[in-house]
Amino acid sequence: MKLQKNTVLALYSVLEFAGRPGAQLSAAEIAGKYRMSPHHLAKVLRALGRAGLVRAARGAGGGYRFAGNPRRVTLMDVIELFENISAPKSGAGRRTARRAKAEVGAAAFEVEDAFGVVLAEIDEIAKATFRSITLETMLKLVERRRRS
Amino acid sequence: MISLKKPPAQAARAQLRVRGAQAADLEQVIDIDAGITGLRKAPYWAEILRRYGGARQQRFFLVADSGGRIDGYVVGDVRDWEFGSPPCGWVFGIGVRPDTRLGGVATQLLDAICDGFRRLGVDKVRTLLARDNHLILSFFRSQGMMAATFIPLEKDLD
Repeated sequence: MKLQKNTVLALYSVLEFAGRPGAQLSAAEIAGKYRMSPHHLAKVLRALGRAGLVRAARGAGGGYRFAGNPRRVTLMDVIELFENISAPKSGAGRRTARRAKAEVGAAAFEVEDAFGVVLAEIDEIAKATFRSITLETMLKLVERRRRS
Repeated sequence: MISLKKPPAQAARAQLRVRGAQAADLEQVIDIDAGITGLRKAPYWAEILRRYGGARQQRFFLVADSGGRIDGYVVGDVRDWEFGSPPCGWVFGIGVRPDTRLGGVATQLLDAICDGFRRLGVDKVRTLLARDNHLILSFFRSQGMMAATFIPLEKDLD
């Protein structure tokens, strides 16, 4: 599973907000820390706002506040907002593959098909990992690494 | 998202004591396990008590006792690990009553069994569970556990 740039920005941002609950952070502040375009980040934050993970703060300076539950929101909950992670079921994959087999030839198809099984296995492990890590757990990991 | 119920009142948690499992606890342990897995495995738990109960070297069957009510259990042992690895602590069962989740019961159980592992001189604890078991995976992750250097493998036996 290769994460797009927006997804990584969203994960960094959500962790920034979750790490400072109640604090009002601006897009410029987070963009500066992670050396990213504030314009790009603003779009990501709007998506996080629509999902209810952050809330736009009114008043001087604007910005956003964390609005989720760090013990319940997982990394996968954030990733799913930006990535299409639904993998084809094996039956559907085979049906598509049958068509491909006719196009590329049986020998090439068999290698591609077997390689696809390995890549799907890696993908499933990645998804399970992202699903098992909450924002709170991730913040603990950041803290442990800061102290080590 | 991880779906966990609210923690119980602080007062109820204050009475919690982690101790070795006894025969009188078994029915409640079976109830907790059946509530989580949907399977009532009385003979299995009787065998676990026989093999892991009491003060046994390298084997642990602990319960969280809250004034006579069993709120959770943990089972594990120290294994002389295969494929050349040094012995490690191994947790192969942990469960808490759903109405006590997020109350720190499982954390206390895991801490207690890890203390037992440390006393036996091991410095690593491992576990293995299905990757779609998000609840328990998240719990172990929250306790600082990371992916191990082992990869579980399986195959269908024809």
